[in-house]
Amino acid sequence: MARISAGIACSHVPAIGAAMDLGKTKEPYWAPLFAGFEFTRQWMAANTPDVVFLVYNDHATAFSLDIIPTFAIGCAPEFAPADEGWGARPVPTVRGAPELASHIAASVIEQDFDLTLVNKMDVDHGLTVPMSLMFGQTQRWPCLVIPFAVNVVQYPPPSGNRCYQLGKAIRRAIESFDQDLNVQVWGTGGMSHQLQGPRAGLINKEFDGRFLDAMVKDPEALTRISRDQYLREAGSEGIELVMWLIMRGALEGPVREVHRLYHVPASNTAVGHLILEPQK
Amino acid sequence: MNLEKNAKPYSDIPGTTVFDAEQSRKGYHLNMFCMSLMKAPNRERFKADERAYLNEWPMTEEQKLAVLARDYNRMISLGGNIYFLAKIFATDGKSFQHAAALMTGMSQEDYARMMLEGGRAYVPVKPKEGV
Repeated sequence: MARISAGIACSHVPAIGAAMDLGKTKEPYWAPLFAGFEFTRQWMAANTPDVVFLVYNDHATAFSLDIIPTFAIGCAPEFAPADEGWGARPVPTVRGAPELASHIAASVIEQDFDLTLVNKMDVDHGLTVPMSLMFGQTQRWPCLVIPFAVNVVQYPPPSGNRCYQLGKAIRRAIESFDQDLNVQVWGTGGMSHQLQGPRAGLINKEFDGRFLDAMVKDPEALTRISRDQYLREAGSEGIELVMWLIMRGALEGPVREVHRLYHVPASNTAVGHLILEPQK
Repeated sequence: MNLEKNAKPYSDIPGTTVFDAEQSRKGYHLNMFCMSLMKAPNRERFKADERAYLNEWPMTEEQKLAVLARDYNRMISLGGNIYFLAKIFATDGKSFQHAAALMTGMSQEDYARMMLEGGRAYVPVKPKEGV
């Protein structure tokens, strides 16, 4: 049977992708951030999954204002890196896992979470930047990916609690798949940041610190953070953190913290990263 | 019908416009124009004659003037969403940090320094009574 071996949380700042694509990772501005991911690269090389269930948000790329799915699961055999306005990132095409994706979709819908099914979709920096951070520059990604897009563009996004409960349903779905697959669940985006208006540049280290601690020890507490509280305390774009709760719900129960990173700033954003392993 | 306005506990967050359904309706054509800039041939046509390209879209004159002026705060107040507006500054070859600095009224240098020093501090605002 398929099993979830780890959960990864990671911000997906576009400037990080640009720094990698343009060869700037050794520059003083970027070097400390990328140094923090060296452990991750080694860990990931030793623990490469068969499939990543990758929770991210589309940034007005595959979904315009014409269709805004709250939860959308990518069931296609492949997903091309998108041209977001400055040309597509020079990263490999993402290979999907259509059979597992369709199984998860059906199982989760049967568990009362009504997903949108997507059979054709380009993927933007929300998905490709975490891939680059975890696997580095490569000609071919070392695993299959199921993109799972969450609406955090038009308010209201799904609540943190809804995301956490959905994560639990995704775990049941993955564990009922009849193939011996090593699956990681990634929750991306965040941490505190605001990209718009006169309050742009907001960073709330105290909020982020509490969030990181609770991701490890008390995720139920995080399910009680309201949308309003995210907007106020983590910034208008910090509300992306609800996506981390899908990952944490999928791990359910006690976890071991393998790695933690917190770095300010990457462009406008506080970068947070966790590697969590379920404790049996 | 004023239901939506009454249900906005977030309206007192300083310097912040939440992209909700009301903003989305207001900004539909502005944001869809931005979306069109994801295609290289459209970017070329826009750069060649911005006004003519904007006139192809059923946007308000105010929205078009805000785009021409690259006034991002104005675009946001007229229904623009930052992830859509990003297609404009990407077309201009500018970064998110460039646009963010503009919106705060700071020079890009001062803004970048603020971020390096840990970003803009969070200052709690008491939510409105009765919300």
